[in-house]
Amino acid sequence: MNELLKIRDLHAVADGKEILKGINLEVNAGEVHAIMGPNGAGKSTLSAVLTGRENFTVTRGEVWFKGKNLLELPAEDRAREGIFLSFQYPVEIPGVSTVNFLKTAINEHRKYRGEPPYPAGEFLKMIREKMEWVGIDSKLLNRSLNEGFSGGEKKKNEIFQMAVLEPLLAILDETDSGLDIDALRVVANGVNRLKGAENATIVITHYQRLLAYIVPDVVHVLYDGRIVKTAGKELAIELEKQGYDWIKRQLAEGN
Amino acid sequence: MRREKINTDFTTLFHEGRELLRSRSHERIDRHREEAFRRFLQLGGVPDNSEEYKHADLLPVFDRDYRVTLHPPRQEVDPNTLFTCNVSELDTHVLLTVNGWFGNKEEVLELPGGIVICGLAVAATRYPSLLEAHYNRHVAAGERDGLVALNTAFAQDGIFVHVPAGAVMEKPLQVVNLMRGNANLMAFQRNLVIVGKGARATILVCDHTLSDHSFLSNSATEMAVGDNASLEYYHVQNQHIEASQINSLFVTQGRDARFDANIITLYGGFIRNNLFVSLTGEGGECNLHGIYLSDKKQRVDNFTAIDHIAPRCRSHEHFKGVLDDAAVATFTGRVTVRPNAQKTEAYQANHNLLLTDTARVNTRPQLVIDADDVKCSHGATVGQLNEEAMFYLRSRGIGEAEARLMMMFGFAHEIVGRVRLVPLREQLDDLIEKRLRGELTKCYNCVLHCKKF
Ligand SMILES: Nc1ncnc2c1ncn2[C@@H]1O[C@H](COP(=O)(O)OP(=O)(O)OP(=O)(O)O)[C@@H](O)[C@H]1O
Ligand SMILES: [Mg+2]
Repeated sequence: MNELLKIRDLHAVADGKEILKGINLEVNAGEVHAIMGPNGAGKSTLSAVLTGRENFTVTRGEVWFKGKNLLELPAEDRAREGIFLSFQYPVEIPGVSTVNFLKTAINEHRKYRGEPPYPAGEFLKMIREKMEWVGIDSKLLNRSLNEGFSGGEKKKNEIFQMAVLEPLLAILDETDSGLDIDALRVVANGVNRLKGAENATIVITHYQRLLAYIVPDVVHVLYDGRIVKTAGKELAIELEKQGYDWIKRQLAEGN
Repeated sequence: MRREKINTDFTTLFHEGRELLRSRSHERIDRHREEAFRRFLQLGGVPDNSEEYKHADLLPVFDRDYRVTLHPPRQEVDPNTLFTCNVSELDTHVLLTVNGWFGNKEEVLELPGGIVICGLAVAATRYPSLLEAHYNRHVAAGERDGLVALNTAFAQDGIFVHVPAGAVMEKPLQVVNLMRGNANLMAFQRNLVIVGKGARATILVCDHTLSDHSFLSNSATEMAVGDNASLEYYHVQNQHIEASQINSLFVTQGRDARFDANIITLYGGFIRNNLFVSLTGEGGECNLHGIYLSDKKQRVDNFTAIDHIAPRCRSHEHFKGVLDDAAVATFTGRVTVRPNAQKTEAYQANHNLLLTDTARVNTRPQLVIDADDVKCSHGATVGQLNEEAMFYLRSRGIGEAEARLMMMFGFAHEIVGRVRLVPLREQLDDLIEKRLRGELTKCYNCVLHCKKF
């Protein structure tokens, strides 16, 4: 198996509070992992730490991506190495048009790889095609990034960016929240289309419905800063039925 | 002491130049000088600690050796060869002023609909009734401003625009104000713009410096926007760091009249913009927008005073600035709502980005509201770039420096995006991007070679 991501005993704090308390996780190329867990468990924190958000401090542990020490890289280099985060709450950036933003982003990736800028003539064609994949209105291209976008449009825009940047590891943080039923299917299809033997996806979600479309190989439960349970896709169905109490109980008994 | 000396010098200049001024300018302009100069002195001369000029620090601006020429400059060169407009796709009627004087003294531009554009000095004889009705009639809002009085005391020429009732100016008028000389120079330009009932016009003013001397331009512009008329005004300020300018704009709007201003401050040493707007007729609308990009020791001071006199008028102000190095910006947003001005809507915002610890911003909303049925709001922010947005861009692979730039550009574009002249908007976006990248000095597109600062 081609190992893409390896997290070992990862601890992280913010404002003096320990949020990640020893995460262990391995993701191979070609796999889809789901991470579920109650509110406040640390799921978004894990994605923030992986993508290089500086207001979290890693106090212990290590993260390897394609054999490189990820924690040594600044956020932009992690993205250029192939990590992509679909934000739980995408940020509005006034005055920066979506199309210019994407052009800059893609060319920064290419520069990092030593490639010339994306041929100007083909760029728009590629963009249009990817927009269709995720069912996003081309009018959004010239609008300011995420500004005034509806909740669903913001989420679609995240997956659209993912389609353009073609990451090796995509982390989807509650991409399903805010999407209507049709949009959910379209977006999930978009994600599936990007799936390949070389890349992997981590899907953070509270609901089974997204996992019905993006079928996970492994499901993890993140609780209180740790991964406390790992199983196959049937775990998601079980969690949907029963909630987290039984896991909490098991943990209490085990201690 | 220094201030007294400056005021004494003006007094001497006024008395010694009085005969010359009288002989050179028409009585319709000249008759206001004594009263104006008296007011200048009464108000204490160059403003010191007045409420209006609180943070302006005018003394260093005035305390230099300037030459004041009461004669028009000798026309050893055709002013039209001095400047080529860099907004190449923008189709405009271009007129120049040099050191405050109308470029081609006798030229009168006549456009369809009876539109006339010429020098103010020429207009004083050619259009007596318009001058009687409007010259120095719109400045009441600035009666406590000594610098406006000083302009009235010395000004002889500038631009005159008349757009008669119902006329539409198809192409924008572009006024290019040039400063050039072989010594430090002070100029007093005076403009008058009359847009009649139901008429429409667009004016673009560009300021440039063509030699590297210290310049001080103290100009005043009166604009009358008649009932149902509309005037779009753009001012692109791009001078060098030794140049100082004080621009006082007085706008009187009639019923259902609309006035849009966009003040784009790209460069200059000291820039003070006074924008006085009187909404005298019901249903008037005024939109004032401004963007300033300042670095080094530049000072930009926008003073706005909107007077809601009539009911049901709307005013909207948004000024934004990016401040680097030790630049200082001031914004004053004075809004007066008179007792009679019910159903007023007045919104105001001033947002600033500080890139260093040494840049400073003074932002002062001043709302005086004497009517009860009004909607008013004001807001100001002074801050750094949004950290979450920075991370968002970086998480897409955009490097930190580029991400900063994109955000600053986006910040500025919120104002520039309102420019309705598309080629101008594109040019401004381009200039601002270059400016933010540090690729641009004030010498950009100057046709004369000058020292880089
Ligand atoms: N900067 C911070 N300072 C202090 N506490 C923080 C900070 N950021 C997050 N937290 C806390 O860390 C915990 C984990 O937050 P996180 O956003 O990772 O949860 P989550 O699992 O994504 O929850 P949800 O399902 O609600 O999205 C929460 O208790 C949160 O309040
Ligand atoms: Mg979360």
